[in-house]
This record gives sequence, C-alpha cells and structure tokens, in this order.
Amino acid sequence: MQLAAHNLAFGYHNHPVGSGVDLAVDTGDVLCLLGPNGSGKTTLFKTLLGLLPRQGGRIELDGQDLSRLSRATVARRLSYVPQAHDAVFPYAVRDMVMMGRSVHRGLFAGPTAQDRAFAEAALDELGIGALAGRDYKRLSGGQRQLVLIARALAQDTPLVVMDEPTASLDFGNQLLVLEQVELLAAKGLGVVLSTHNPDHAFRCASRVLLLKDGHMLASGTPHAALSEQALSTVYDVAVRVEQLPSGQRVCVAREA
Amino acid sequence: MDKGTTARSPARLSAPAALTLLGSFVALGAVGAAMVGPYPIDLSQLLDALSGRAGSSPDPIIETVLFSVRLPRIAAALLVGAALAGAGTVYQGLFRNPLVSPDILGVSTGAGLGAATGIFLSLPVLAIQGLAFAAGLATVALVYLVATTVRGHEPTLVLVLSGVVLGALAGACISLLKILADPYDQLPAITFWLLGSLASVRVDDVLSAAPAVIIGLVPLVLLRWRMNLMSLGDEEAAALGIEPRRLRLLFIAAATLMTASVVAIAGVIGWVGLVMPHIARLLVGPNFHRLLPTAMLMGAGYLLLVDTLARTMTETETPLGILTAFVGAPVFLWLLASGRRGW
Repeated sequence: MQLAAHNLAFGYHNHPVGSGVDLAVDTGDVLCLLGPNGSGKTTLFKTLLGLLPRQGGRIELDGQDLSRLSRATVARRLSYVPQAHDAVFPYAVRDMVMMGRSVHRGLFAGPTAQDRAFAEAALDELGIGALAGRDYKRLSGGQRQLVLIARALAQDTPLVVMDEPTASLDFGNQLLVLEQVELLAAKGLGVVLSTHNPDHAFRCASRVLLLKDGHMLASGTPHAALSEQALSTVYDVAVRVEQLPSGQRVCVAREA
Repeated sequence: MDKGTTARSPARLSAPAALTLLGSFVALGAVGAAMVGPYPIDLSQLLDALSGRAGSSPDPIIETVLFSVRLPRIAAALLVGAALAGAGTVYQGLFRNPLVSPDILGVSTGAGLGAATGIFLSLPVLAIQGLAFAAGLATVALVYLVATTVRGHEPTLVLVLSGVVLGALAGACISLLKILADPYDQLPAITFWLLGSLASVRVDDVLSAAPAVIIGLVPLVLLRWRMNLMSLGDEEAAALGIEPRRLRLLFIAAATLMTASVVAIAGVIGWVGLVMPHIARLLVGPNFHRLLPTAMLMGAGYLLLVDTLARTMTETETPLGILTAFVGAPVFLWLLASGRRGW
C-alpha cells in the first residue's frame, strides 16, 4: 500500500497554499514533514486525506486516483490522527475509539462486541487501557492524543496521517507519542506525520520533507535532507546539527 | 502519562436502567394525567372505562372526557414532547453546540408564519395546520439552499446564520400579520398559537402528526452510530469514512420533519428541545444510541407534566410556551451554574 503525490498543488479555492510537492509513503515508512508555521503542512495533510480537493497534480492511494475513491474506501486504507482537540460532547474514551470501527460496518449498523474488543485492544496497545471508561473531555492533552492514535489503530488502516501529534504535549508525552510512531512503523504501518521539532524527525523518520511557503525545500533521508543549511533556511535561524556520542543527531541553535 | 487527574466520567445510569425508569415514570404520569382535571376520574373509574369500553355500563360523561378530550391530549403531549426533544438532540449533535434547539434553522418561526397566515385568511383548522407544516419545511429548505449557495465559509456556521436571518425575516412577517389582523378574533388566535397549546388537539391531529414523526425517526435510529461521528465535525467524520454533507442533509430533513409535524398541531413550544437533551446527556452520556431514546422519553414526560399543569392549574388554559419557559429557564440556568464541564 502506498500513498503518493506527484507535483501536487494544494490550497483552497482562489487561495493556493503550495505546489510542486512530490512524496511517497509505503507501509513501514515514517515520513516526517517539517516546516515553519504557515508553511502549509496542515493544508497538505488535508489534501492528502482527500478532505480538501487538490488544486493540481495527482494523489494516488494504492495506485488509484484518490479523488475517485469513496470516503469509505479511503478511510479503510488511510486513517487520520488530528491534533488533540477538545470534544464538544463528553464521549467515553471507549466510544471515541470505537468510532474508528464504523467504516468497517454497514451504514445502519451499531458497534459490535468485536468492535469493542478491537477498541480495547488498541487502547491496551498504547498502554492506556485503564482510560477506557473515562470521559474524553476530562483527559490531559497527552492522553487525548494517545486516544486519537488508538482510534486510528482501531480503524485498522495500513497508512496513518498524524497532524503534529507532539504539539502542545509536555516533554514526556512527546517522547511517548514518538515511541508509538516507531512501534506503528515496526508493525508495518506507513506513517506520515508533521512536527516542529527536527529532533523528532532524526529520531523516528525514515524519510523527511522540508516545506517552506508551500514548496519543498528538501526531501530524502533525515541524514541527507536535514542539513544545517537546509534547517537554517527553513526556520530562518542559524542552527547546528550535532551528533551525540550515542550516534543520535540533534538540532540546536547556533550561538551568536 | 500523567495520572491522578480527577478524570473519572460522572456516574451514569446504564441505558436499560435509565430507559426502564423513565418509561415507568412516563407511564405513571400518563395514568395520573388521565385522572386529574376539572372532572376528576378515580383509578377504578379509569380502569373500568379503559378495560370495559365495550362491556358493562360505563359513565358516558367519563367516556367523553376520557376518550375525546384527555387521552388524545395526553397522546399529543407525549408525541410532541418526544419529537421536540428528539429533534433537539439531533441538532445539538449535528451543530456540535449544546445551545442549539430544534428551531435553530427557523422551522418554528416558519411554521408560525404559515399558521399566522392561515389564521389571518380565516382558513379552517386543518388548512392552518397544513400551512404551518409546509411553511416550516419550506423555511428550513430555503435556509439550507442559501447555506449551500454561500461557499467558502465553515458550512455549519453559514447554516446557523442563514437560519437566524431567515427566522428573523419570518418573525417580522408574523409581526406584520399581527398588526394587520383583526384584534378581537384573529390576533388572540395567532398569539395563542405562537405560544403553543394542546387545548384543542383532537385524535385526528395526533394521527396526522404521528406518521411524520415516525418517518423522521427512522433514519435517526438507523444511523445512530454515524450521528456520533457527525458530532466530531466534518473533517474528522469524513476521515472516519462517512460523507458528512450528505448525512447532514438527511439528519436535518429528518429532524425538521419531526419538528414541523408537531409544531403544526401544537404551535410553537420552546425549551423542550433545548433542555431535555442536556438532562438526558447528564443521565446516559452523549452516545447517540442511548441519548436519543432517553431524551425522547424525557421530552414526552416533561411535556405531559407541563400540559397537565397548563390545564389544571387555573380556570383558563395557560399557553405551553409560557410554562415550558418558566420551568425550562431555571433548569437551564442551574445546569450552567452547576459548572459541569461536559455537556
């Protein structure tokens, strides 16, 4: 299963956001999107998910034109983890996760015992099984993010798109979410995620894409694409990429 | 993961328990409502009349009071209350806003305009009801049409704003009719209709509204799980595999049908559709397949109670809209003040 975009232009009607984006994610890959605020990451994601019509180019899901697939077909191949949000209604965590199952059931069906088991397994997998009966609205941001990831797991798709899953999380929760991303890839899922932290890309990405003002600045392996020069250009600040004794790479500000 | 947050979900009744409990309350209430009134009927008389309708020799006055006045009125109160609360539950979920009521898209004001026009033209009751029903549906259709023509904004917001604007326009037309209407005959009728009443409801009214309510209810029951997804917003719903635009149209049509058909027989009755879904959500949580039947039962029970008060409290009938507001407003304020974070 592959999600691929060729020479993609994206944005809103009368308001182009970006163009010329090429990318491909296979199952088992982690594609990490980096770019400053306003660079078009979220718009690109919504376009890749088919939530916004593309403005040019092509998007292919499993070799088929995305715009010709039904919402249900897309949702069986590609799940979406939005940024942890505040729900309007206080759904129980279990119910929230079970909503990921609805695409596998008939339009008039309700959740089955199997769906419930699926949801609980997804919660257990993320180590938050104990939250199943709790009220989603009363969870912390980190817990909510994990619940939304669990919902994507319950949706049981080969590919997952995560919009800044580490945004607004504390340090510990950021690492927890990254760990889950690595585990998903190890399970054979393809993950596309965006982040504001180059260290996250160094840690979990197999490929990265640098986006600035809607255009690709660089793409490739983290090692090749996340050069000091590219990162400095993307964020308009001087940065240094250092290698720790463990071999892990980190990005830090360059002292004046 | 951070622990120790007091994030336990509030104690909620299990759905079967809540429904059984509410169902028994409503049934008891219906029996009570059948007994009280200007002509009191005691339990044995009631049972005699109900069971031995064909048998023995029941009191003819009891027969008349019960079968042509009270029972139709009780049935109407249950139907109207259930329909309004059900529609309110749908709209609140659909618009992701707990402050939304069944008349958000102008169905009640539209129906009010239809009825006022009918009264102004001195049409027969049946025609007034028909006009109210048609105008209610037409207003929502117009609102939907306007909202789909206006593009480039958040669709839900545009829909609600169009509803507000067209509702205000219909309200202005009603005011104009009130000024033009005959102040001794038509004006009181229009005013009374706009405040809602079951005083003149007949068996035929119940029988004409019930099928429309049931037709509206069918898609809501069938698509109960998808309704939960809709309450997450369009993008998430679409990413979870449903077509939000299509489903929203269907849900709006269903809830509007339910509202318009009961408004046509009972007039404009506020607060039931706003407050009942809230209390139901407190009882059984927001999951639509539990919430819908709970809210509908509560709406039925509430309107039965209010209507029974309306006809027994004073010599003259009190319009329902006044009573539902007197009870509903404090309850709603209490809900706000009790500071619940979850709706």
